[in-house]
Amino acid sequence: MYKIKRLLSCVREYKKASILTPTYVGMEVIFECILPLIMAALIDEMSGNHLGIIAKYGVILVILATLSLACGTLSGMNAAKASCGLAKNLRQDLFFKIQDFAFADIDKFSSSSLVTRMTTDVTNIQNAYQMLIRGAVRTPMMMFFSVAMCMTINVKMAMIFLVMIPILGYGLLKIATTVFPIFRRIFKKYDALNNSVQENISGIRVVKSFVREDFEKQKFDKASEEVRQDFTHVEKILAFNAPLMMTCISLAMTLVSFFGAKMIIESHETVLSIGELSALTTYGVQILASMMMLSFVFVMCSLAVEPINRIVEVLDHESTLTSPENGITKVEDGSITFDHVSFKYNEESPKNALTDINLEIKSGQTIGIIGGTGSSKSSLIQLISRLYDVSEGAVYVGGKDVREYDLEALREEVSVVLQKNILFSGTIKENLRWGKPDATDEEIIHVCKLAQADEFVSQFPDGYDTMIERGGSNVSGGQKQRLCIARALLKKPKILILDDSTSAVDTRTDALIRKALREEIPDTTKIIIAQRVSSVEDADEILVMEEGRIAERGTSEELLALGGIYSEVYETQTKSKEVD
Amino acid sequence: MAKKKMKKGPQGGPPMGGPPIKKGTFGRLIKYLLKHYKGRLIVVMCCIIVSSVSMVIGTVFLRQLIDKVITPGLTLGLDAVWPGLVKYICLMAGIYLAGVICTTTYTRIMATVTQGMLKSFRNDMFNVMQTLPIKYFDTHAHGDIMSTYTNDTDAIRQLIGQSIPNLFQTILSLSSMIIMMISFSIPLTIATGIISLSIVYVTKTFAGASAKYMMAQQKTLAEEEGFVEEMMTGQKVVKVFCHEEQAKEDFEKINEALYEAGRTANANGNILMPIIHNIGNLMYVLLAIIGGLMVYFHVPNVSLTGVAPVSVGIVISFLTISRQLSQTIGQTSMQVPMIAMGMAGASRVFALMDEEPEYDEGYVTLVYARRNEKGELEEAPSRTGLWAWKHPHKATGTVTYEELKGHVELEHVDFGYVPEKMVLHDVTLYAEPGQKIAFVGATGAGKTTITNLINRFYDIPDGKIRYDGININKIKKHDLRHSLGIVLQDVNLFTGTVMENIRYGRLVATDEDCIKAAKLANAHSFIERLPEGYNTMLTANGANLSQGQRQLLSIARAAVANHPVMILDEATSSIDTRTEALVSEGMDNLMEGRTVFVIAHRLSTVRNSDCIMVLDHGHIIERGTHDELIAKKGTYYQLYTGAFEWD
Repeated sequence: MYKIKRLLSCVREYKKASILTPTYVGMEVIFECILPLIMAALIDEMSGNHLGIIAKYGVILVILATLSLACGTLSGMNAAKASCGLAKNLRQDLFFKIQDFAFADIDKFSSSSLVTRMTTDVTNIQNAYQMLIRGAVRTPMMMFFSVAMCMTINVKMAMIFLVMIPILGYGLLKIATTVFPIFRRIFKKYDALNNSVQENISGIRVVKSFVREDFEKQKFDKASEEVRQDFTHVEKILAFNAPLMMTCISLAMTLVSFFGAKMIIESHETVLSIGELSALTTYGVQILASMMMLSFVFVMCSLAVEPINRIVEVLDHESTLTSPENGITKVEDGSITFDHVSFKYNEESPKNALTDINLEIKSGQTIGIIGGTGSSKSSLIQLISRLYDVSEGAVYVGGKDVREYDLEALREEVSVVLQKNILFSGTIKENLRWGKPDATDEEIIHVCKLAQADEFVSQFPDGYDTMIERGGSNVSGGQKQRLCIARALLKKPKILILDDSTSAVDTRTDALIRKALREEIPDTTKIIIAQRVSSVEDADEILVMEEGRIAERGTSEELLALGGIYSEVYETQTKSKEVD
Repeated sequence: MAKKKMKKGPQGGPPMGGPPIKKGTFGRLIKYLLKHYKGRLIVVMCCIIVSSVSMVIGTVFLRQLIDKVITPGLTLGLDAVWPGLVKYICLMAGIYLAGVICTTTYTRIMATVTQGMLKSFRNDMFNVMQTLPIKYFDTHAHGDIMSTYTNDTDAIRQLIGQSIPNLFQTILSLSSMIIMMISFSIPLTIATGIISLSIVYVTKTFAGASAKYMMAQQKTLAEEEGFVEEMMTGQKVVKVFCHEEQAKEDFEKINEALYEAGRTANANGNILMPIIHNIGNLMYVLLAIIGGLMVYFHVPNVSLTGVAPVSVGIVISFLTISRQLSQTIGQTSMQVPMIAMGMAGASRVFALMDEEPEYDEGYVTLVYARRNEKGELEEAPSRTGLWAWKHPHKATGTVTYEELKGHVELEHVDFGYVPEKMVLHDVTLYAEPGQKIAFVGATGAGKTTITNLINRFYDIPDGKIRYDGININKIKKHDLRHSLGIVLQDVNLFTGTVMENIRYGRLVATDEDCIKAAKLANAHSFIERLPEGYNTMLTANGANLSQGQRQLLSIARAAVANHPVMILDEATSSIDTRTEALVSEGMDNLMEGRTVFVIAHRLSTVRNSDCIMVLDHGHIIERGTHDELIAKKGTYYQLYTGAFEWD
């Protein structure tokens, strides 16, 4: 219940439309209920041969129809406004909320699940909401009016319908509640089936080169047969909806006909007239048909339960990492200290990503970090700009605990070029200005020269105005990396962190970038994570990471003398270099 | 490219407007239906007829009851008409019962038929898809292929399960209504017809406009999804650059546009029903007035039963029918877009089924082999570690066996994926058994193309490529690929456990074999550290693994397959150099005496190759060992010293 309330609090400025919709729907229902009465009267007057009266009723009917049309149109338009408005607000709230998420929160939800929540889930809720504000009033009102009409005609006859309503209602509800959980289960299977097709398509080279076509066919047939059986099962249950409905209507009709006929004859049309009998049947059908609609609304709304849960989960999620109030806004210098730092991504995980790291980096130093896949190099540097919080110990930047800084101020000064870096769709200039929104063209060209990107950018026909396609697919890996470095440099940070940011850049350019950094921004602390020994060789200190610990540290010469991991890597990468 | 989210693109989804429906699709669909479910469909048709008839009779029943029982009863008393009343009520109940039974029967049968059909559609599509050449997958957007399985199949479900039975029912009731109307009065029928046509016209116009707005909404929705996806994937970069406010601003603009498009589309859809409904009401009024005038002026009525003045009773019957008619038309018009979508879906599904399968004229097969006492090769019943090409000669009717050694030979190969753009020019190379051949070169230089040709993902004219002296076009594709292992840069893992993924290489491999392969590929240690070791479930293409770990798994998968010839296409690009050295040592041991092709960007990967080919724009510009190429001081040398960069 709370969740629905939370969701409805997002209706905001569309409250008016949300209230107007059912109001207009109500009016439409009233007109619709009056129409048959006038039509009946028109038929009765037919035999009177009075053209004038026919014309009069005709005019009334036209007016009523026009009014009903107007109300229908208005309710339809308002319903669209209200439901699309709710969807808009939900998307906005979600997006804004996600902007406040910390890295850990993003990891927790995963980007793809956030995308689903913002798209499919919101659309489902939008449809359910529209259905609800239109149908939730229409159906009960239709029923109420019809029952009331029946009552005024003959209370005893109306009882037949009144008895029928709960029976039908129970039956429809029973079917819906039986089918609903099964549906949820099989939708998962159905997703899995589609997922396996997708895997097959994207892995078709693997399938073909291992000659696994028949294996895949068998696998698919099994999954597809399961889906078929399950869907057939529920659809067969659902198939009882129509007959149930028909049974109730037929039963009601038969009973009404029988008792009605008896009543008319016995009372000589004093209690019930022939005309009233046919009116009763019309209303009867209307009452029971509304039940069908009601069960449909019910199913739609139950289908929205899951999306609502998922969306409220995001809306109510408090970012695990927040900027302190009145945090320090000035970072003194680029010194970094790690004091007995341990870190794990997840409180429950048994293993630390980093264990007892102690580190002292002076402002302006260049630090190289190398280590194998999964040795937590990236985890280490992500703590510096407080992308994650430490589990134990503390990280100091400029002599202050990073948790004391205003987050934005800290991240302005600590510029990280992430390993999985991306460019966004837009021009190169626009992408670079992420680093500094008001950067001048000269500043942009300057940082691109530092990052060795100016040369290839100016060779593009549109230069710095070249459009980058989604995901940066129209520039090569090496070019992308250099643009990302330039973007980070534009911030003029006190600390610059390059997380494996030159892996696709050739060694010569890599060396030029490092030279530029050394000469142009000597006061900035530089941390370079790399696979290539040559990228870190000339650093003031090299850290060799292994399984979340610093295994070796020192200058290149010191580490070579040590004869450990570093020298081994050095060997494999540079052997036979003597040839030249 | 590794992460491809399949989603309905603006073009990928079922087009809302006028989708191209191939001629004959409907007939083919019906044929397909009849082929599988002829008997049941006949039962369904009979049931629909009975239930429609029972419904129509139900509506006229009351009038019969009034005329035949109640009215006489009023004068004769209840006792006189009692047997008649009971008889009528029983008859009514009986007919209703028949209707209910038939409806239950046919809806349940249709559930089976619909789902069964969908399954055959899916299976047929999938089975055909497995036989299609790689070219098909390279030239069709994966999202579009996916869409035939999801959107199009869903549309067909609607079509078979609801629209077609509905259509059948509509035709039945419409024709019975028309017959009833004609039997009452031809002039009034004509009037009704004209008004109905106007309903159809108005509906069509509105539905058309609605479809246009729907399409616009779909387009904005796709844009919004694209933006959200880009931002969510780049969320960490957004955080690093404190770009949140800007992102919010951009999002608000797109969100507002989507709201506008959605509101227009939905509003249009919502008002369609009231419009149809009230035109129905207007029709009622018009008919009442026309009928009234006819009665008033005693216009002679022409009907099937002859010419007589229009009676009030006839007008009343017409009015009742006209309500039903407008309702039926309204309901059917709601079905029209469904039918169009279903037909478009079926048309695309059939198009996929009609794709030409991979052409394979090969007849040379790969068999397990052993040497008999005379030292001759002969077929062995089980894996021996020795393979042979079984080569039947049609002309002489004899069969020869040629040992699989891994000798690969390309002779003056020219190739282009499209004739206008050649990718390979005059490529000639020899790979001796046991050699390690490396290709280096920029993206697009044609490295991967060569491997595509060797395992016949793409075909070239006869005789240019020979494998152990046999023209590869003569070798059955499956057998050719069985002899070649390929490890690609973009790793594709399948949903399942780590063990299952490794076993994909050789389905009969034991757990020990898989673990051995994992150790060889240096994947064992990280697999051990996974929450459930080898039984850890991998989902979404192994999203919980790093790219390097995925590459190690893919090498393990190839290692367990233990192919005589191996192609490693940037297989270690994301693995750190230290691990790579260990992996390559393991691979070298495994591939001892066998042929290996290596494609790599990183030169340390290819250094110990027997021959390195430097490719540039489809030409082999340098070839030789590492030392030879260094000594040559050419492109390779420049690359190696870092003075030159690909891309």
